[in-house]
Amino acid sequence: MITTTSLYDQLLAVFQERDSEQQQDWLKALKKEAFNGFEASGFPTIKNEDWRFTNVAPFLKDPFKLQPANIPLHEHRNYGAIPGLDAHEIILKNGLLNEDVAIAGLKVTPFRTALGQPALQNYLGKTIPLKNNGFAALNTALFQTGVVIEVEKNAIIDKPVRLIHVYNAEEPFFVQPRVLIVANGGSRLEVVETLFVKGNEPVFINTVSEIHVAANARLDHYNLQVGPSNVRIVNFTQVDQSGDSLYNNHTYTLPGISLVRNNLHLELNGSNTESHLYGLYLTGGNQLVDNHSLVNHKMPHCMSNELYKGVLMDESRAVFNGKIFVQQDAQKTNAFQQNNNMLLSDRAVIDTKPQLEIFADDVKCSHGSTIGSFNPEALFYLKTRGIGEIAARNLLVNAFAFDVTSKAEIPAVRNYIDKLITQKMAEAYD
Amino acid sequence: MLQIKNLQAKVEDKQILKGINLQVNAGEVHAIMGPNGSGKSSLASVLAGRENFEVTGGEVIFEGKDLLDLSAEDRAREGLFLAFQYPVEIPGVSNINFLRTALNEIRAYRNDPPLEAKEFLKLTREKQKLVEFDARLANRSLNEGFSGGEKKRNEVFQLAMLEPKLSILDETDSGLDIDALRIVSNGVNKLRSDKNAFIVITHYQRLLEYIVPDFVHVLYDGKIVKSGTKELALELEERGYDWIKEPVSTEPVN
Ligand SMILES: Nc1ncnc2c1ncn2[C@@H]1O[C@H](COP(=O)(O)OP(=O)(O)O)[C@@H](O)[C@H]1O
Ligand SMILES: [Mg+2]
Repeated sequence: MITTTSLYDQLLAVFQERDSEQQQDWLKALKKEAFNGFEASGFPTIKNEDWRFTNVAPFLKDPFKLQPANIPLHEHRNYGAIPGLDAHEIILKNGLLNEDVAIAGLKVTPFRTALGQPALQNYLGKTIPLKNNGFAALNTALFQTGVVIEVEKNAIIDKPVRLIHVYNAEEPFFVQPRVLIVANGGSRLEVVETLFVKGNEPVFINTVSEIHVAANARLDHYNLQVGPSNVRIVNFTQVDQSGDSLYNNHTYTLPGISLVRNNLHLELNGSNTESHLYGLYLTGGNQLVDNHSLVNHKMPHCMSNELYKGVLMDESRAVFNGKIFVQQDAQKTNAFQQNNNMLLSDRAVIDTKPQLEIFADDVKCSHGSTIGSFNPEALFYLKTRGIGEIAARNLLVNAFAFDVTSKAEIPAVRNYIDKLITQKMAEAYD
Repeated sequence: MLQIKNLQAKVEDKQILKGINLQVNAGEVHAIMGPNGSGKSSLASVLAGRENFEVTGGEVIFEGKDLLDLSAEDRAREGLFLAFQYPVEIPGVSNINFLRTALNEIRAYRNDPPLEAKEFLKLTREKQKLVEFDARLANRSLNEGFSGGEKKRNEVFQLAMLEPKLSILDETDSGLDIDALRIVSNGVNKLRSDKNAFIVITHYQRLLEYIVPDFVHVLYDGKIVKSGTKELALELEERGYDWIKEPVSTEPVN
């Protein structure tokens, strides 16, 4: 267990205080179970197999407060807009949704309000593992802020919804927002999550998202992890898919945020589901980016496809761990997973581990990972056409990332990521 | 335009070029022939600036500048172009985007502003037509999945786009059927002027019927062992290379 006593003590005190005020039995029980889970495991250490390469201890050392600094966040209005993106906006400031959002086909509720609604019982904390999952358990036990987004049955949301997380970093801040998305039957939604941080003090964001995609619904989920180095993120996203649903996840992590740990779990609960997981991490400085994913095929005729690509610069480190389980009943499963990496610096380190466990016999599965660098032949070819070193490397990295970035179906998002790749690579040469 | 004097180079501790002398003037076409493994591609590589070749002696002056002193990209920006014997496939880099980048990097080097999108498009169309290059190929990933012939034609398309002073064509004819050969040669002939020059490396006399050279050189074992006019190519076609394996002159031609 980690000896960040002050943070740990604060968490304990806050839990006890809130526990005694808790009105609803089911919620009280859930939070109790979650906190017990956290107490039993504590913050994960590198002795934990799933955290072998990611030591969070140094990132938890700062004198964090559980409340944000009492300094108002300026009305930036666009909070780091994505050029050309025409989107609805949901803005969470320090996790709080404090203005009414009216989007046709969507019900957007602050978690504080939603917690009073019994219907929440059907979704909240239903499938998320609370044992041996310290961060997610802690969030479940203590979260107070965040948003519930419900897409009405058969509603096709006309524009992407940009979910903007804005945090105040004027003082060290440990924040635990929660997002719950319920895409009801036949609905369609595109969500683009972005981050905006004001101030230079350390912020630790321990976030949990629960996503339910009902039959014939489609959810396209973009997560843009672009932010400054005082930010650390541990993210747990649990996706439950009903039969005949489609879920696409696009996760982009760029140089900046010093620690990113993504846990992306997909539970395929019905047959004929389709899921695509696309990830791109371009890492720089001494950044640490760790992507852990799990896809659990439980029913027949499902298809999952995971492609993560990494480009590592400077002294950065990245971890990829992808688990695919194909359970006994999941016949006719198609499950693919691929992780490709380009190491652009001999000081950068990648640990990659694709894992496939198959208990059914009639399936099509593949997995693999590669680690490489620039193809010298390709570099030379470009140079003989007058293209200089930086531009040549840039073309090759964009080309490498293409299989992932080209999957973004929102052109503004795609252009934004392409531009960021170019910009961040150029900065790495300065 | 180009003076090569006693050029020697090795790769992986193996001496490949053993004293090459060659002078190319503006407006000329030089053919370099010779058996497999004699060092033709190596000469092209050294001139283009491939890093694994180490120059161990001699000098190369290109338009008054010490060519060997320049990086590969600066050689290209100064007006040198190599059409590769084996062009590399680069998935994910679009042909057009690549050409725009190349053209603008070359222009920046010469302090010219980047081409407007419209001008670039116009130039692309014009050159595609000139070398009869399929527009569909131009929009695909660079050489990815191209046939051997399509790759060679893409090299000539790039040549047309970048308008170099000196072009080295390394076996651009191999892998081309007779129609493609005619198209490629026509393209090159249309690009010929008294301001530019070509070094055409080939195995076969056939190409030289279309691109008629002013001079023909035979490279053997890292040296130019014979130089002459286009009749030499015909003679080589008839008699093979055996009769020529001793050097006759190490002096620069012209
Ligand atoms: N990268 C390399 N490493 C080692 N040997 C090489 C390399 N490139 C060329 N060579 C050798 O140099 C000699 C000349 O090759 P090359 O220039 O390709 O001949 P040509 O183009 O005339 O057929 C050959 O013996 C070849 O094996
Ligand atoms: Mg050759």
